[in-house]
Formats: sequence, structure tokens, C-alpha cells
Amino acid sequence: MATEPTMDASSLPPIERPWRQVFSLLWRDKFAFVAALFLTLMLFCALFGPGLLGDVATKMDLKQRNAPPLELERGWLFILGADALGRSILARIIVASQNTLAIAAAAVAAAMIIGGTLGLVAGYAGGWLGNVIMRLADIIMSFPSLLLAVVVLYMFEPRVANLVLVLALTRIPLYLRTCRAEVLEVRERMFVSAARVMGASRWRILFRHIAPIVVPTLITVATLDFAVVMLAESALSFLGIGIQPPEVTWGLMVAQGRNYLATAWWLAFWPGLAIMLTTMALNLLASWVRTAADPEQRWRLETAGRRSPDIR
Amino acid sequence: MGSYIGRRGLHSVFSLIGLIILVFFLARLTGDPTNLFLPIDASVEAREAFAERHGFNDPLIVQFGRFLEGLTQGDFGESIRQRRPALEVVLEAFPTTLMLAFLSMSVVITSALVIGALAAYRPGGVFDRLSSLFSLSGASAPDFWIAIMAILLFAVALGWLPTSGTGTPWHWVLPVAVLVIRPFGLLVQVVRGAMITALSSAYVKTARAKGVRERVVIFVHALRNAMLPVITVAGDQATAIVNGAVVVETIFGFPGIGKLMIDSVLQRDFAVVQAAVLVTAIAIFLMNILIDIAYAMLDPRIRHN
Repeated sequence: MATEPTMDASSLPPIERPWRQVFSLLWRDKFAFVAALFLTLMLFCALFGPGLLGDVATKMDLKQRNAPPLELERGWLFILGADALGRSILARIIVASQNTLAIAAAAVAAAMIIGGTLGLVAGYAGGWLGNVIMRLADIIMSFPSLLLAVVVLYMFEPRVANLVLVLALTRIPLYLRTCRAEVLEVRERMFVSAARVMGASRWRILFRHIAPIVVPTLITVATLDFAVVMLAESALSFLGIGIQPPEVTWGLMVAQGRNYLATAWWLAFWPGLAIMLTTMALNLLASWVRTAADPEQRWRLETAGRRSPDIR
Repeated sequence: MGSYIGRRGLHSVFSLIGLIILVFFLARLTGDPTNLFLPIDASVEAREAFAERHGFNDPLIVQFGRFLEGLTQGDFGESIRQRRPALEVVLEAFPTTLMLAFLSMSVVITSALVIGALAAYRPGGVFDRLSSLFSLSGASAPDFWIAIMAILLFAVALGWLPTSGTGTPWHWVLPVAVLVIRPFGLLVQVVRGAMITALSSAYVKTARAKGVRERVVIFVHALRNAMLPVITVAGDQATAIVNGAVVVETIFGFPGIGKLMIDSVLQRDFAVVQAAVLVTAIAIFLMNILIDIAYAMLDPRIRHN
């Protein structure tokens, strides 16, 4: 009887749970850790903010008009000051986080699904259909996204749904191209040929065999893209063609504060800072994800000791 | 090289035609076109007369033919607010935006090349970390907010620079500075990446072994090869700068095409919006061809293919 080579379990390194491993990698990069913490806080604000502070954020008190920030005598809610109608800026920023993040998330998700599907089709089918899809993407790409949004929002009402659609529209080519490039490579692999030989239908090959391989790439692109879309929404709302009052996003808050710039700077300052910190945190985290997900780069995080690691 | 540029040019022509079709049919599909061209409170008679005069009652395909015919003759319709040809209004605003874009792109490309190259020289060094922190913040900055904070600081509080308008060179400082921030942030990262690859290549080692001075190695040997991805990204950024120009011109009261578009949207002057979109598209189309030529000139693989 041949003896099977046995492995002594104790000689193997202990298997770490995946989330613990992620956490310890994250902990080694302090910038990314702070960014993740900040984004968790923002997510909490977006989910529960309107429920908890909705009433406070709309309560007007003209005695507090443009109350200056960093004074505690009005209570901690007014630590960032009050706006032109005497509403707490802190509460309004927290409440507005929901719209700001939800619009960007919806737009990214829509762009990813539509662009991804079109990319799958263009990559797998090719031919005239693939060509038409690619040329359409070229048209959108070759034109400044903000102008495209301006035209569409001119023709349709600037409602939330239209805003999401137009933001998605400008981002579709990104996902379409990424997805198509992946598909072109994946469809030549052995398991796809095997599925084809076994008589799987086109749709089955596309959605059961190819799509699962492409989706992680698309999600990585989407995390990077979230910040871009958020900035685009803010700019549109700031220009007055995005979200309309009484709805509120951070971009709109900056626009409203702009009229009081010379007398009450804090009206425009805090919501803009919220935008900047959120996009920065997203970018920092995305750049960490890129490093952590890349086997050739991960050592930079794993070997980082006391020195803060080079995150690229 | 000729066939390469020809092929790319043909692609761009397709895109341009596609955009023209898109703009026309979107405008007609959203319902009564008089809604787009006339103010909301226009009377029914005024709408009828307008529709009759501009042939909105004809079949769609006839209208499209007429629209195309107008385009070839430079007729983009008439501005309702200003009562003169829309093209005239747009072309008046165009040079300001062009100048703004040109100045910003020059600043972005030169500064990104120098700083990206220096950062790539010692990856992980102090300068590299500082520059990546700055470029990351730059790429994350909401430009409209930076613009009004810059006004607050440099114009209102310190009084060094004018708040808005044109006239003196000083009026250009803040708009260009704001417009530069985001593309600069992105481009520095690209230059850095391309330079790191170039600096570890064999021809750089050869140059060093020959005893070429370090400054020449970086800025002549490596940088030239790192230029290709930079040009691609710089081209993409040029369309992004038009986005930025819309914001910056609106805030600083610059009479360029971006401000014109936003004003026309808010005043519902559709002919001007349409003309501005098409003129911008043509300008970008021409610029893409220039970028392709530059690309072909830098890369011998394309030139001799």
C-alpha cells in the first residue's frame, strides 16, 4: 500500500478569515483606514440622517439667520452655523448626504448595468451591432459630459429621475468599453469554447459564463467612478439645472450659500468641504483597493511596518 | 501616417454626424418643439405662427433635411432673446473659451510633466508623496467650490484679484488657476506612471552607462517615451476642460461659450443652445485630429505603418 504524502495541518500558516485579512491590510495604510472610517460615517448619515434630523433640518428660525459657526451657545447642532433661513447647517448637510450619495449611487449602478450589458453584447456578438454600439459610445465620449447633461436637462424636466439618467448616460461608455475589452479576451478561453461545444445558448454563455468574470472588473471601475459622478451631480445642481429645491444636495447648498459669500462664508464652505472630503476619501480608498487587489503591488501593504506605505 | 489619420478622421466624422442627428431628433421627440423655442407663457397664436414660420408642421424628415441644409450654410436658427443669428452669438463667445482652454492646457501639461517626472525619479520619496497627495486632492476637488473659495480669499478678503469679468490679465488668473486643478491632478499621476516605466527601461540604462547627464536622461530620453500616454490623457482632459469652463465661466462672469450655454438654458433660448453644442462638437472634432497627428508624429510605429 502506497503511503499518501500527508500534510501536517499545524505546519500551514493559519487561515485568516477574508474580512480579517482585509481589515489588517486596511489598518496598515492609515490614510485608507481614515478614508474608510469617514465613508462609513457618511453612509450612516445617508441612511439614517433624514429620519433622525429631518425635522431639525427644515426648522426655520429667523433670529438665527446666518449665525456664525464654531460657537457652542446655540447648541452643538449649530456648530457649523446657520443658513439664511436660520436652519442648522450641520443638520442640513447630514440630511442632504442622502440625496447626494443616492443620486450618485443610482447613476453609477444604472451606467454599470446598461453599459455592462451593451459591452457584453458588443464584445460577444461583434459585427454591425457591435459597431453601432461602439460608435454610439464614441459620440457620447467625444462630447463634454456637462454639455450633454445641459442639453438633456433642457429638454426634459430637471427631476431626480432625469438627473440620474443623464448622469448615467454620460458614464455608460466607460463601462461599455471596459466590458467589451474584457469579453473580447474571455470569449476565446477554453471554458467558453467548451460551453459552446456542449450546445449552450448564446445568452447562457453570455450571462452564465462570461458575465461573472467581467463583473468584478466593472465593480472596481464603478468605485473609482463614484467620485466623478458625485462631482458631476454637484456641479449640475450648483449651476441650477440639477436638483431643484425643496430637495437638497451638497452642490445645491453651495449654490444657495454663494449669494451670502461676502457676509457669511460658512454657508457655502461646509457643504463644499463635505463634497471634497467625500470624493477624496473615495479616491484614497479606490487607490488602496487597486493596490490591495493587485498581486504584484500588495507586498507594499503587507511589508509596511511603522512607515506609512507607498500607496501606489 | 496618412491612412491612420484618415481612418481616425472618418471615425470622428461619424461621431459628429451622429451627434447632429441626436440633437435634432431629441429636440423634436420631447414633444412640441415650440415649447423648446418659445417662452412658457407664449400664447397659442404665437406658437402657431412660430410653428408655421419655421415649418414645424411639416413631416419630420423634411424638417431634418431643412435643418441639415441650414447647417451647411451656417444657419443654426435665430436667438429668440437677442434677435440675431444663433451662430453669430456663439462665435462671439467662442474665442474667450478657446483662450481659457489654451492657457489652462498649457499650464497643465508643462507643470504635470515637470512634477510627474520629478516624482517618478524617486518613487516613495518625500517629493513623490507630497505630489501624490496634492494631485489626489486636486483630482477630488469640486471646481465650483474651489472657485468661490478662491474668490472669497483672493478677491474679497485679500483684495489682490478682481472677483469677476474680463479686461486685464489679472482677470484671467483665478479662472485659469481653478480650471487647471483637476486635469493637473489626473495628469500628474499619468506622467508619474509612464515615467516610472520609462526610467526602468533598457535604453535609459544604456544612456546612463554612456555617461549622459542625469538631467538629459530624465527630460530627453525618458520623458519623450513617456509622452504617448500623456497625450492620450491630455486629449481626454481637453474635453473635460470644456466641462470646467462651463462652471468657471459662470462663476467668474466670463463671456465664453459655457456661460452662454447656461444662460441660454435658463432663459430657454434653444437655438443658441443647439448652435453652441454643435460648434463645440466641431471644435473638439478638429482638436482630436490635431491630437492624432501629434500622436503619429511622436510614435514612429504609427508613422511608418
